Formats: sequence, C-alpha cells, structure tokens
Amino acid sequence: MGNQILIGTGRRGVKLKKILDKLLPFILSIAVFIAVATIVSLLITLITTGGHRLSWNLILNYPSSNPEEAGMRSAILGSIFTVGLSALICIPLSIATAIFLVEYSRGGRLASILSYNISNLAGVPSVVFGVVGLGFLAYGLGMGRTVITGAFTLAVLTLPLVTVTCVEALKTVPDDLRQGAYALGATTVQVVRRVVLPRALPMMLTGGILGISRALGEAAPILVVSGLLFIREDPVSLFSKFTVMPLQLYNWISRPQPAFVELSSAGIIILLLILLALNALAISLRQLLVRRMEQLWR
Amino acid sequence: MVLSARAEELKKSIQRRRTLDRVFHTIFLLATSVSTVTLVIIYLTLGLESFNFFSQVSIIEFLTSTKWTVLFADKHFGILPLLNATMLTSLIAIAVAAPLGVMIALYLSEYASATTRSIVKPLVETLAGIPTVVYGYFALYFLTPSLLKPLFTGVQSHNALAVGLMIGVLIIPIVASISDDAMKVVPADLRLAAYAMGARKSDVALRVVLPAALSGVSASIILAFSRATGETMIAVIAGGFRSVLSFNVGDSMETMTAFIAQVATGDAPHGTIEYQSLFAVGLFLLLITAVLNYIGIKVVKRWAIRY
Repeated sequence: MGNQILIGTGRRGVKLKKILDKLLPFILSIAVFIAVATIVSLLITLITTGGHRLSWNLILNYPSSNPEEAGMRSAILGSIFTVGLSALICIPLSIATAIFLVEYSRGGRLASILSYNISNLAGVPSVVFGVVGLGFLAYGLGMGRTVITGAFTLAVLTLPLVTVTCVEALKTVPDDLRQGAYALGATTVQVVRRVVLPRALPMMLTGGILGISRALGEAAPILVVSGLLFIREDPVSLFSKFTVMPLQLYNWISRPQPAFVELSSAGIIILLLILLALNALAISLRQLLVRRMEQLWR
Repeated sequence: MVLSARAEELKKSIQRRRTLDRVFHTIFLLATSVSTVTLVIIYLTLGLESFNFFSQVSIIEFLTSTKWTVLFADKHFGILPLLNATMLTSLIAIAVAAPLGVMIALYLSEYASATTRSIVKPLVETLAGIPTVVYGYFALYFLTPSLLKPLFTGVQSHNALAVGLMIGVLIIPIVASISDDAMKVVPADLRLAAYAMGARKSDVALRVVLPAALSGVSASIILAFSRATGETMIAVIAGGFRSVLSFNVGDSMETMTAFIAQVATGDAPHGTIEYQSLFAVGLFLLLITAVLNYIGIKVVKRWAIRY
C-alpha cells in the first residue's frame, strides 16, 4: 500500500517535472517579454501623446509659458556646449588613462590601486557628482553655476565608463604585435603610436560616443550644478548660465497642464532620436573596425 | 672621426627617445590619477560641508529624529523619512529587477540561440540607456494613472510604488548582464556531468548553473540595489517632495536624492544650513552606496568558485 502511494507520487512528480522542463524556457522568456513590453508601451505612450506636437518650433524656439510656442532651443544649445566640452575633457583623459594602465604598467601595483579607484568612481551616484560640482567647482573654485562647471562634472562622471571601454579596446590588440615592435627596439611611445593606437582607436571612439550619450541623458548632476530648469538665453561662453535638454523636459513634465505634457512627450521623442542616432554611429564605427581588422589579418 | 660623430648622433637620438618615453609616462600617470584625485575631492568636499552641518545639528538628531523639515521655519533634521523612502523604493526596485534579471540571464545563457541572444541582449541593455527623466515621465503619466490607480485604492498621483517599479525596470540590465557573465563562466563539464546522470535541461539550469553562478548573481543584485539608492530623476518626478515617514507605498514620499534636487533648484544660498544639508545627505548617500559596492565586490571574490 505504502509503496504504491510512493510510486504514484513519484510518477506524478516525474510528470510535473516533464511539464516544467518543457515550460521553463517560456517562463524565463516572460521576463524578456516584460522588458520589451515596457519599451514598446513607453514608445506608444510617447508617440500618441506627443507625436502631433513634433515641429521645428520645438527645436528653434525659446521656452515660453505658452505651450503652443515653446521650444527648447536654449536647452539644446546648453546640452551641445556642456556635453561637447565634457567629451573634449573626458575622451583624451580616458585614452591616456587606458594607455597607462595597459601599456605602461600592466599588472603593476600602482596600476591596480589606480584602476580600483576608477571602479570606485563608477559607483558614485550621479547626483553626488552634482553636489560636489556645486560645492567644489562652482563655489570652492569660484567657477559659478556655469557651462564649464557642468562640463567638468559630466566629464568625471563619464570618465570611468569611457576608460573601461578604452582599456577593453587596447586589450583587443594582440600582444604579438607589441612584442614584435619591442623586439625591433621601439620605445613604448612608438609602440603605442604606431602599433596599438591605430588598431584600438575606432573602438575607443565607440566608447567615447557611449559616454556622450550617457552624458546627454544625465539630468540629476546638472540639475544640482545649474539649478535652472529653463532659461531664455543661449549660452554664449564657458561662463554662461545654462540648462540642458533633460532639465527642460523635466520642467515641462512637472507642469500639470496637458499641453505641457504633450510638449514634454514630443521633446522626449527628439532626445531619444538623438540618442538613437549616436548609438547607430557607435555601432557602425564598430563594424568599420571589424572590417579593418579583417583586412589587417588577411 | 666620421664614425664617432655618427655614434654620438645615435646616442643623442636614443636619449631623446628615452626622455620622450619618460615624459609621456608622467603625462599618462597624471591622467590616470585624475580619477583618484576626483574621488578624494568628492570625499573632502562632502566631508567639509557636512562638518559645518554637524557643528550645528547633533548627529543623534540626524540619525534618530523622524522629522525632516529643513526647508521650513521650524527646522528638524532627522534623515529617517528620507532614508525610509530611499530604502522602500530601492527594495521595490530589487523585487522587480532581481527575479526578472536572473530569469533573463538564465534564458540567455541556457536557452537562447546565438541569433536570439544577439537580438535580446542589446534590447535588454537599451533599458539602461534610456534617460531617467523619460522613466520618470512614464511612471507619472502611464504607470500611476493607467496601471496602479485602477489596481490599488488610495494610490496618490505621486507615489513610492511607481518610483520603485520604474527604477526596477531601469536596473534589470545590471542584474541580467552581471548574472549572465557569471553563468557563462560555469564550465561545460558541470552541465555535461549533470546530463550524464540523467538530469533534464531545466534541472541543469536551475540546480547546476544557477547555484554555480550564485556569487555573481548575488553581487549583481547588491550592485543593482546600490544603483537604485542613487537614482534621482525618477524619484523627483514620480515620487514628489513630501518628506514623511510612511510605510504606505501608495503615498508620495521624498527620497534622499529627491531632497538634494529640491534644495538645488530652490532658494538655498551658499553657506546656509539648507545648503549644508545638501552635503550631509549627499555624504550619507555616498557612504551607503560605497558600503554596498564594497560588499558586492567582496561577495564576488569570497564566494566565487574558481574554475
């Protein structure tokens, strides 16, 4: 009797397990479905609410209390100024850092301490960068709540991300090439300039573009540094007051009138299109690299 | 004579190259130390202004008082309401991201074909690339009115639940990609040995691969939690600026990050206690994330099974 029951449950257990075995991939892919569904419903919400508000006015006009006329010209220029300048600071710094870590002191004690600190920097919340930008750069060094303060803040914020990609880029260059060059008597500078950099540069630029698109979407640190949600003047110098696209969008989002909600949806569509274009550029650069590499090895 | 002049020239050229090498070494070293210097500046700046703050506010009040009314005339400086809001939203976020992220990672590493993988992986990673302002918008104008309000009664227009759910979606890629990496390094031998003993594919996935990758999976969850505590714009847009100590996730509540944003956009002149509170809250937040990140890295190192 007891045995029979045991066998019975055993069989049922086996059956259940068989069903679970068949079902598991579908259960797991539900998670993928939820992720995709979120993106799709976000896009649908954006297009149905703001699609009809897309117009050149949105790019060319200054912000206004009248939603029919309002645009984000000053914010777009602010983003270009701040993010562009931050890229000019961040990308060379990241490349130099990566060269030091990989080419000059690979595996060294100093390098491991410094790269540990880079990963620590990556873990600092972005809003904290803003607070320190405000306290140290804007007030401590007297740079004010200006474009250049925002640019430096974004530059150190994106530094770890871009550096990591640059390090990866250098590691894709095969060691044989380096050893060959060293065997011919080349100095490290020569190896880096003539052997390593030409091969690693496209992937480094991909990393730079990723950093730029991260910086373009960052609102929190700029919110703290600039403090302005909208401004009716173009930034004209490094010491202009400024705002950026995500902050102008936040300003529209936080207004209760439906017209501004529509406006913010349209603005978000533009921001996402810019980010999409940047990512497409990064992907095509990577493909260019793959093709060039194939030619090199042939 | 001619020969020695040539030798002299060569020697000079070699010396020049060596000097150049040393100069570049120094330049690159300086560039590399920028991150370390920045980290020092971050801690010094926050520490200095927090010192000013704590010379006026007792640290016991800061840690135990249940009222945070820095921007009012009657000032109380208890971080608990802000801390509570941050922890509630982050826990909700992890409740979303941990199961979904691990499921995606298992699917990618055990079931997806190479083609599916090359489509699904970038798609999931897109979630981390969307600006957080956009998530805030989505939480405020879609999630709360279209999903949460019909489902639950008493949900306010700004609420912690929407914030937590939205941050959860944002950090799915962190859990998924770190867990996926951990599952990929589980050696094929383990899977094959299980199959040899008659295990089904689901057994291999759930009872062999998942436990073997546990250190990476737990680290991914800790790091994702750390990222969630620092998230600002979603909390600002969808959570609101009401600093109350409440455990009702349908209520509007202000996180630490939202408070920082509120002070920065409001009127808090340099040198006032409102301004200094920015740094005290910032330091507190930074310490929380630093401890979490440290634990995350330690978990990987301590528990990792070396294959």
